[in-house]
Amino acid sequence: MPARTSWIPYALIAPSVIFLGALFLVPLVQTIWLSFSVGDGFSMENYQRMAGDLNFSLAVRNTFLLTLVVVPLQVVLALAMATMVTKLDKGRDLVLWVLTIPLGISDLAAGLAWLALLQNTGYLNSALYALGLIQGPMGWLSQETPWALFFAIVLAELWRATAIVLVILIAGLQLIPKEFSEAAEIFGAKPWTRFTKITLPLLKPSLQSALILRTVLAFEVFAVVYALGGRNFPVLAGEAYVWQNDNQNYGAAAAYAVLIMAISLAATAVYLRILRTRPEQLP
Amino acid sequence: MADIVIDRVVKEFGPFRALQEISLTVNDGEFVALLGPSGCGKTTLLRIIAGLETQTSGRIVIGGQDVSNLAPRKRGLAMVFQNYAIFPHMSVFENVAFGLRMQKAAQAEVKRKVERAAALLHIEGYLDRYPAKLSGGQRQRVAVARALAVEPAVLLMDEPLSNLDALLRLEMRTELKAVLRQAGTTTIYVTHDQTEAMGLADRIAVMYGGKIDQIGSPLEIYATPATRFVGGFIGAPPMNFIKVRCHGGTARIGDATLPCPSTVTDLELGLRGEDASLSANGSGIPFDVRVVEPMGSHLLLTGSIDGQLARIVAPPVAKVNPGVRVGLNVDPARVTWIDSATGRAVARA
Repeated sequence: MPARTSWIPYALIAPSVIFLGALFLVPLVQTIWLSFSVGDGFSMENYQRMAGDLNFSLAVRNTFLLTLVVVPLQVVLALAMATMVTKLDKGRDLVLWVLTIPLGISDLAAGLAWLALLQNTGYLNSALYALGLIQGPMGWLSQETPWALFFAIVLAELWRATAIVLVILIAGLQLIPKEFSEAAEIFGAKPWTRFTKITLPLLKPSLQSALILRTVLAFEVFAVVYALGGRNFPVLAGEAYVWQNDNQNYGAAAAYAVLIMAISLAATAVYLRILRTRPEQLP
Repeated sequence: MADIVIDRVVKEFGPFRALQEISLTVNDGEFVALLGPSGCGKTTLLRIIAGLETQTSGRIVIGGQDVSNLAPRKRGLAMVFQNYAIFPHMSVFENVAFGLRMQKAAQAEVKRKVERAAALLHIEGYLDRYPAKLSGGQRQRVAVARALAVEPAVLLMDEPLSNLDALLRLEMRTELKAVLRQAGTTTIYVTHDQTEAMGLADRIAVMYGGKIDQIGSPLEIYATPATRFVGGFIGAPPMNFIKVRCHGGTARIGDATLPCPSTVTDLELGLRGEDASLSANGSGIPFDVRVVEPMGSHLLLTGSIDGQLARIVAPPVAKVNPGVRVGLNVDPARVTWIDSATGRAVARA
């Protein structure tokens, strides 16, 4: 291609760059500035207020706890499901379609659906009552039952967001030629060895994408938590929402937002480092 | 070391019969090529022997043990895949060592055997590299070294040279033959390339339409094809088939006559291009030359015998012009007679 036309690629990506700049980069800088300023000057006051709040340490703990429990479970579940789906001879599309239905449901709607199941007068209690296992309505989602509430949120998150990991992993599995597994089988590898020694290492790029996406989203978890537990289970994004809307303190809300971003970036960096595939090891 | 007995193996994919009752015995240390066009079932048969595919009926016996229902890893064999299937995330050393690691061999033994296999295939210099940094020929060597490192009783190869360029293929073919002879491994080698099969194999099984048309040494298969398909598939140019009628043990082509088996009337004369020689005086079977192609080592003449397409190989210095009619001398002992109705060779008198 002649050198004269080298501006064309830049022109082609210009609209998306401008779009990103206007709707992402500018608000990002504004938010960071907002979090570090009071009035017109630089100040750490917003961060001090955020860290000094009663719910702050709880929100940090809860968010990390949720992420550390939900993401690994989702990866294990998705790996198992993806392995099974790729082994199906018939009805694979139908199974995949059913498994990915939750992807099409907004997280708030998903939270409300689980609320209908788990609240005092919900389906779970009705079923347990009908079976004679409980005497009357039981509260699962209150402050008195933090572990039941935590478990309910984990369950709802697993149901809602495992499918995105599944989709990424299935796409990744399909990229691995079946000869690798066959060769391993010929040379004596048992199924579990084939999975750990061949499939998992070759799936690393997909695992990395899935983990980054899911972990970043897990640190932003909000709607499901809010629907099921309200502020009984404070999380970082929920606190940002409260500071922004209930307390009308935009600076503290921005501080939360920046904190979430910093955590997400750190997690992404960790994944990029730990799960990197060296170029010479690519298929 | 082990022999392989393939006993009436049938493979059906739904209503399609990919293999129809294949039986074949490969002797201990023998190199047998499964040769045939794509879709003839040769790769399916190889995968059934490997255990990667399950036969619909029939048995596979390796070294006296019925392995028909055993997992691939319990069959004591190694395989070289068409696209090599060497593991991209492992170094060349670990690739070659893979089978030994699965056998839980001690580190010293792994190292010794990997180094020996690497030396055999001349890849000692690349053991620390990853496959992505290797050329096609080098990957091919790694795949063969990985298979030989486990010192398998049986080695299966699925078109191992077909991804290499022509020159490299010739080089690897020669080397492969030397290496495998030295190892003494019983080998089944799938290929669609007749020169590969002829050059490498002790015996060739020519497959067509899910059946073995003929099993024999390369020379037997070339000189005395059992069917019209084998004659046409093997050899370049392929065997000529000229329709003739046989009356009272004599077939008449133009003014020439040839003795023919009198059991069948409608015959085809199977004639190798190099088994006919130009007669000095124009006598013999009349051949109308249409095209003359000088190939260096010989002249390739394309024309017709009795109105039917034929290709004849002549000495490079022969003076033949397109458009002329020449006479061909044919040794009756070197022709093959094919029954037109069945496509099978008629027994020689």
